[in-house]
Parts: sequence; C-alpha cells; structure tokens
Amino acid sequence: MSDMATHQAIAALVPQGAHVLDLGCGDGALLAHLMRARGCTGYGVEIDDTKVQACVQRGVPVLQLNLDAGLHMFDDQSFDVVLQIDTLQNLRNAEVMLQETVRVGRLGVLAFPNFAHWPNRWQVMRGRMPVTRHLPYEWYNTPNIRVATYADFVKLVRRTGLHVVDSFGLHDGRVRRHWPNAQASTAVFCVRR
Amino acid sequence: MSWIATPRSMHMAQPLALRSGAVLPEYTLAYETYGTLNAARDNAVLICHALNASHHVAGCYADAHGAPTPRSQGWWDNMVGPGKPVDTDRFFVIGVNNLGSCFGSSGPTTAGPSGEPWGADFPVVTVEDWVQAQAALLDALGIEQLAAVMGGSLGGMQALSWAVQYPQRVRHAVVVASAPNLTAENIAFNEVARRAIVTDPDFHDGHYRRHGVLPRRGLRIARMIGHITYLSDDVMNTKFGRSLRPLAQQGAEALARELYRYTTHDVEFEIESYLRYQGDKFAEYFDANTYLLITRALDYFDPAREHGGDLARALAPAQANFLVVSFSTDWRFAPARSQDMVRALLQNRRQVSYAEIDAPHGHDAFLLDDARYHALVRHYFAQQVQA
Repeated sequence: MSDMATHQAIAALVPQGAHVLDLGCGDGALLAHLMRARGCTGYGVEIDDTKVQACVQRGVPVLQLNLDAGLHMFDDQSFDVVLQIDTLQNLRNAEVMLQETVRVGRLGVLAFPNFAHWPNRWQVMRGRMPVTRHLPYEWYNTPNIRVATYADFVKLVRRTGLHVVDSFGLHDGRVRRHWPNAQASTAVFCVRR
Repeated sequence: MSWIATPRSMHMAQPLALRSGAVLPEYTLAYETYGTLNAARDNAVLICHALNASHHVAGCYADAHGAPTPRSQGWWDNMVGPGKPVDTDRFFVIGVNNLGSCFGSSGPTTAGPSGEPWGADFPVVTVEDWVQAQAALLDALGIEQLAAVMGGSLGGMQALSWAVQYPQRVRHAVVVASAPNLTAENIAFNEVARRAIVTDPDFHDGHYRRHGVLPRRGLRIARMIGHITYLSDDVMNTKFGRSLRPLAQQGAEALARELYRYTTHDVEFEIESYLRYQGDKFAEYFDANTYLLITRALDYFDPAREHGGDLARALAPAQANFLVVSFSTDWRFAPARSQDMVRALLQNRRQVSYAEIDAPHGHDAFLLDDARYHALVRHYFAQQVQA
C-alpha cells in the first residue's frame, strides 16, 4: 500500500507547509516526500528499531513510541495534519486512537485495508480468510488485529461524532469514488472534530 | 584498533563568574582533541562527561616507547574514533574535564589561591558553569560553532544546557540517557552517597589531605550505591543472581553443595564481591570532594526552575536539532524523563528524533556496545550532522 501512487494520493490531502505527525511512519518515505515536495515540517512515530534507523538515515525526525500507550506526548491541536497510514489496523484501541488523532491534529487522514474489497469477499464466501496481494498474511500471523471495511469506518466516524471532510477508496494507486466499499483495497478518510 | 590520544591543558586567565556568586579568578582545563579541525572550523563535536569520567574520551595513552598502554582506552572509545559512530575522520572531537573534577582541570585536588590544594574550599559548580568554561575553551581554540554537542547522563544535561545557553553555537545536541532534572529519588541516592563520604572519620570536613588520609570507606560505599543504580535488576540477576562466592579455603564438597557459611561480615554472595571490588577500585582514583561537587551539580540542574517549572519555556531559546536516546531498563534516568525533554522540544517545534533502545543493562547501557544504539548515532552523525 505504501507505493508511490498511494503516497501521492495521500500527500494531495496535506496542505502546503503543514505541520504533520505521521503515526506509524515506517521508513519515513511519506514524510520525506511531504517535507520535500510540499514544504511540510513534523515528525514520524514508529516503534520498530530498524524503521527508526531508516528514518534517521533519511533525515526524517522520528520518535520511537508505542502508539498503544496513547498520544499523551502531544498537545491538543498541535499539528495541522495527523496521518495514520496503514496503522489503524495494528492498534489495540482503534476508536481511542481515532479520537486522539483529531485531538492532536486539526485534520486526521487515515488509510487502512478495506476488508470488503471484492476479492476479500470472494475468499470469505469460499470459507477462507482473505489472503491477497494487499493482505498477504495468514490469519495466524497477521499484524492486522482490527480488521474493518470502508462501511464499518463510516459507522464508527458517525458514532464518535466526527466530520468526514473527504473519503474515498484507493486501488492500484487510483482513487475510487464509485462504490469504494467493494472497489478499493484501501479506504481513505479525512476527518476532523 | 588502538590509536594514541594526547592529553593537553589550557590555562584560562579570565575570571569565571559562577552561578553561586563565587568567582574563579583563573583556572585550568584539561582536554583532548581527536581528528582535524577543518578550514571552515565547523566540524567540531564536543563530548561532555558524566560523574566519574574525564576529558579522555577515546584512544589510548602512549607508553614510554610511544606504543598504546594496555587498558588505557578512553571512556567512550566504542563511540568515538576513526570509523566509529562519531567518526574522527570527519569530525574534530573535543573532550574536556569539568571544573571541580580530579583529572587535571581545576578542582579540589589542584592548588588554590593559597598555593595549597583547594580541598573542601573549591566553590560549588553547576552544569551551567561547566558549559560556560567549555565555551571559553572553544573560544581559545577558535571554534565559534559546534557541529554537535553530545553527552550521556550528566553529560546529556550539559548538551541540553549548551543548546539553551549558547543557541547560536550548537547545530545539533545529542542527549543520551539523561533527564531535564533529577527526581527526588535520584537526589536521595546522591545524598546517601554524600553522607557516606562526609561521615567517614577520615573526611576531616573535606581537608583530609592536610591530615594525610583519604576517606576511602565513604567513597567505596558511595560507589557501591551508585553501581546498584546504574544496573538493572535483570542484568544483576543474569550476571550474579544468588551465586555464592567460592573461597579457596572452602572444601570442594561445600562448594558442590553451595552451602551458606552463616557469616554477616564476610562476602557471601557474588554481587557483594563485585560491589566491594568496584568500591575499592574507585576509592583509589577518585577524589571525595569531587564526588560531593559533581553529585551536587546533578542535583542542582533544573533549567525549568527559572521558568516556573515550564520546561518548554526553558528550552525555547534552543535552536539546535536534537537526538534524544534512552534505554528501556534505565531506572536512574528513565525513558519517561527523556520523553519529558522530547515533549518540551515538540512544544517548541524543534527538530527532534527520539529513540528508546530496548537494552537490559540499565543506565550503564549508554556506555556499552549495542548495535541498534550505535547504528542510530552513526546514521545521525553521517546523515544529519553536516561536517
């Protein structure tokens, strides 16, 4: 999911010069792109030692923190944008993290694998948990502990009283606005309080 | 590979006004440098030392024939040197012995105004005073701006203080296993160590040298307490556990059965033996007055104090980029304290990276070899600190 096209689609949602917090920033590629191409500032948050080193090597400021311990390090509305790209599904308390995201950032941008994408539905109908190019894990070794669909997330956002600024699906680097719950392997939501 | 380091010293004729109000009319700083200062004079890295270390950061001392003396490596030899994470092929690295220490800079063991050693009369010095003296040395060396200032523990406090006191003179601050101030528990450990020293009958109000004695018992106990707090429970259990110390006079049969000897005075457990050994070794080379002064400097350090406890406001003048590193099992300078610094830097929107290294060795970890820790520092210096 962290291919160049996806990065560009997500970067387009981030205003020029924004102060950005990238939760689960991986090797820092997206943040490096935002800093270079859109004049952004900010920090990545990552727990993995190797990825933290990769960020330092790229010159991306990175904070090694466990997101399951919360975002108490960050003040209210201290960032223009908080990114959670491919992160939400790895966190124990996705609902709290969603609320924390919009507490810390004026805008939250979340992207996660959409389990209702039709190849996934097809596999479940055949009686198996989905294993695809986008979801390469078996049920017993997947880091995705919170699996959701595009439609599930719409419901969660409504329940938490947040506003959806924009939402769409992404598949093969292309934006899918028509029937994203079935057409897209990745769900993208732009939310605010 | 061993390489030769040469200690130097510089006499500073300008008086130094200390935080306490006292003035040092003149003083000497012992220092070492490694690598070459470039033509732009902008590749200097200052390494600040902690409690019992010195200006001898890296390399070995030469013996009479110019060969490296065995076991004379500097205290951060695994971090600093040619090809090391802080690479002396690229950077001009400076180590300075702090005022009040006992390794060559002015302190209790050097001559005071009367010509006699200062002893207990050496003025109380603070982290801020040390930084000021280090800045005076850089002036004398013709270095206007540091590529980086780096330190662990109390050395990290100096790096932080540098960034605040001389914002224009520091491009990067690397703060390892440190804290923005000591907690009550931490001050308490220091106080127990100090009481052990000052209640030693050989202490003589700090003028022990006039009496031809040294308060070794106090120093030993101070060091033993310190050592406990520098290790983690895990590493102590792994290294020593409940192992008993085998004695020569103990029969093989008793050893095999690991019998207690039922003694309250003698060493029974390995951990006791280790602590006594560390205490004995320390008492032979370290000065008791220096121990009191340096632990006090630790206690007093608290940049937020002048700002109503607001660390973010205290760090507001800093312009440097920061690398902050903590170690998961360090309970003397816990990761939470490093995170306090990071939070204050975030509030000031400073460029900061923070790593918490999962290492079992407690506070000591900052001096030990750890591939992740060293790779991180290596990448930071290679990619971000421009020489």
